[in-house]
Amino acid sequence: MTGTLLGPGDISRALTRIAHEILERNGGPDDVVLLGIPTRGLPLAERLATRLAEVEPGFDADARCGALDITMYRDDLHRQPTRAIGTTRLPEQGIDDAVVVLVDDVLHTGRTIRAALDAIKDLGRPRAVQLAALVDRGHRELPIRADFVGKNIPTSRSERVDVHLEEVDGEDAVILSAGRAEA
Amino acid sequence: MSRPIVIVNASLYGEETASLLVEDGVIAQVADSIEAPEGALVIDASGLVALPGLVDLHTHLREPGREDAETIETGSRAAARGGWTAVHAMANTNPVADTAGVVEQVHSRGQEIGLVDVFPVGAVTVGLKGEHLSEMGAMANSRARVRLFSDDGICVYDPVIMRRALEYVKTFDGAVVQHAQDLRLTEGSQMHEGEVSAELGLAGWPAVAEESIVARDALLAEHVGSRVHVQHLSTRGSVEIVRWAKERGISVTAEATPHHLLLTHESARTYDPLFKVNPPLRTQDDVDALRDAVGDGTIDIIATDHAPHASEDKDCEWAAASFGMLGLETALGIVQKVLVDTGVLTWRDVARVMSETPARIGRVDHLHGRPLAAGEPANITLIDPNAPWTVSADALASRARNTPYGGIELPGRPVATILRGEPTHLDPRLAPDTEGVPA
Amino acid sequence: MKHLLSTRDLSRDDAILILDTAAQMAATQEREVRKLPTLRGKTVVNLFFEDSTRTRISFEAAAKRLSADVINFSAKGSSVSKGESLKDTALTLQAMGADAVVVRHWASGAAYQLAHGGWLHGSVLNAGDGTHQHPTQALLDAFTMRRHLVGSPEGAGLDGLTVAIVGDVLHSRVARSNVHLLHTLGARVVLVAPPTLVPVGMEPWPCEVVHTLDEAIESYDIDALMMLRVQRERMSGGGLAFFPSPAEYTRLYGLDADRLGRLPDHAIVMHPGPMNRGLEISAEAADSPRSVIVEQVGNGVAVRMAALYLLLAGEEGAQ
Repeated sequence: MTGTLLGPGDISRALTRIAHEILERNGGPDDVVLLGIPTRGLPLAERLATRLAEVEPGFDADARCGALDITMYRDDLHRQPTRAIGTTRLPEQGIDDAVVVLVDDVLHTGRTIRAALDAIKDLGRPRAVQLAALVDRGHRELPIRADFVGKNIPTSRSERVDVHLEEVDGEDAVILSAGRAEA
Repeated sequence: MSRPIVIVNASLYGEETASLLVEDGVIAQVADSIEAPEGALVIDASGLVALPGLVDLHTHLREPGREDAETIETGSRAAARGGWTAVHAMANTNPVADTAGVVEQVHSRGQEIGLVDVFPVGAVTVGLKGEHLSEMGAMANSRARVRLFSDDGICVYDPVIMRRALEYVKTFDGAVVQHAQDLRLTEGSQMHEGEVSAELGLAGWPAVAEESIVARDALLAEHVGSRVHVQHLSTRGSVEIVRWAKERGISVTAEATPHHLLLTHESARTYDPLFKVNPPLRTQDDVDALRDAVGDGTIDIIATDHAPHASEDKDCEWAAASFGMLGLETALGIVQKVLVDTGVLTWRDVARVMSETPARIGRVDHLHGRPLAAGEPANITLIDPNAPWTVSADALASRARNTPYGGIELPGRPVATILRGEPTHLDPRLAPDTEGVPA
Repeated sequence: MKHLLSTRDLSRDDAILILDTAAQMAATQEREVRKLPTLRGKTVVNLFFEDSTRTRISFEAAAKRLSADVINFSAKGSSVSKGESLKDTALTLQAMGADAVVVRHWASGAAYQLAHGGWLHGSVLNAGDGTHQHPTQALLDAFTMRRHLVGSPEGAGLDGLTVAIVGDVLHSRVARSNVHLLHTLGARVVLVAPPTLVPVGMEPWPCEVVHTLDEAIESYDIDALMMLRVQRERMSGGGLAFFPSPAEYTRLYGLDADRLGRLPDHAIVMHPGPMNRGLEISAEAADSPRSVIVEQVGNGVAVRMAALYLLLAGEEGAQ
């Protein structure tokens, strides 16, 4: 079952649904801030913030959205070529006592989210941290789950899931490819 | 006496082919073909070049004092393997060779080992301090028969001392051998002053520090009518001054080392102290000038400045390292590479610059640098010019390991050295039936 | 990148990556918790053959903020004085399992020798070798200039800027490092020094030379003025002096209020420290609002964090 799994309309509907779930779950937008994990979590967080503002006009999308680079918290640095460090930019109101919704494109092993939780801990003390992912492909290696999921996609470990976004890649799509054959 | 040797079909001076019979320490016969006497060592010298045994005017044997770097024995073995039948041992030992006692000891130790004639060079000044003339007369009249005097490693800087030394050596037809280096202009200097030193942040050693002393000494030699030999010329400017002095009739001779004919200051970019030497490696333009000067006779001889150092004196920071590099075993290969194979010198010229002229400057030309002719002393070097080899520090006979040529390929090498009829170095391939190289 | 030995080895992309990384590191230093877990389990040795408290503590702070273990190894003396040799020291550090060695040495080339001598496997960061190079100093200088003089710094070089470096260029590893780095980043570099303190053989350097500070201020639109430290003994060391007297040096090369006033309004004043107030820089200039000298120190930590991160965080054996 390889090929394009989600098109632009699917992605848009999924994000709209997640936005509503965030509001429902937290009883409104008060205290909610969004932290996108670069690279593709960041535009997703910005799109979610825009949708929240559409539903709740009092929500200031720009002031409630930030970026959280987790490179320096990764546990696999020594297994990869040196990575460039991205920008961390907190929302204007900070994250202390806020409900931080972490936003990433694909939830897989959970290690990125583990690193993000460590990074958040060094930046402040939110009241709660929730997780939104456009795709959950399974194969968790840590006890982490998403609060809001655009689409669950069962995969084998050898398959690849690539999320393409207009802001980064010039198109919106979620693509499953075969990757290398499973041993 | 010793076993006769027949050298069959050698190219004498790289020219006509002939065979040589060596008996009782002399060349007994030179002929197209020679019948080998009973029990003779027969060397098939087809393709080999025969030259008179090489004479180095500039060798550091380190004994007495630094036997951890080299001894007269290990240095003699290195010399024999390099094709040398005579070396002039510099005076900067500990104690300094500034008395008849020390020079006699060095000379007799050389004779005892018997692999090469060791001619001690006496110090010009007591303790090489540049203050008082040493007893040059006593050294000249000793059994070591010293004719060359040098404070090598240190310049005879004081012009009055230099003048007196030049005058005084006339008594016994000696010469002052000068290490031309203005001491004030080179305080703390580490390498040639130029683009590379500027970039590397190593204190510069200006060419003028050498040239000004060469000029001064040429003028002093002219003024007092004496003989000066300038060691290790390293700059184009020095070459031009020597050329000018010779045209003027001044009795000046000059040497160049193999390393100054091959390497440049670019080598310092590695910060490897193996390339740290005094005088320093210069520019390619200087190298070119030196090669031309050897070709046109402005530079009279090639001398090694073989300078062994213990590894701890080289395995350290550049600025902390000692100056100098090994040279005896690689000199001939480098000369072939940069001068013979490039057409600057013929093998007959090599005999002149590495044997005949150095013997004459050292006043040992009654023993060395003699013609390859019947009745002459059998001091002979056989060279295989078509035997490329790669230099490896660990394969050298010197006790020290500080060769800068590790990994470099040289086109040829001496395959046999004969001192007064005795082989002091013999490539096993030449005479598989003999014991080969002496211990 | 395996080692950081000389700014000559850095491409423009390398240099900008270091500066951009340093910017991110600087941002982390404004947080409540300034320590990052990035280099947990790595060992950084500060190997100092020459006293330099400020450089050592800057590297120490950088390494500690990235959670590396730091060992300070002061090896004063040298093989000249028959202390422990560079080689033996390196072998010792290798045995201790140093992932990076930050080396300050009185001998030019010592860092290069440590990196290429085959004695140790870790990365080598040159923290100043003799009169050769001091690359992190140049990087922090460039970082400081970029912050102050370039509109949107991220990803940018120093294109179009003019930087004047004033003083003892001959003996300065800071000048050597800066000339090449600033050129690589697109700046125009002017050296201002008496001819006795300009190295013979520097003609190929990508810079211009003038011989008085007044001429430099008059002829160039200076964006950053970097004053080098002068050592008094070089000013008045008898026959070995490079200059007649400290007073004459100050008159011709010192930055005072008058010269400061003749600089363009936006120009910044820099000094690698420690300063000789009253010799190369007057107190008025050092303490003026245009002086970014104190900020340079803080930026030093960020730049060194970036260098350590880029040398140590990547895949082992694949740098």
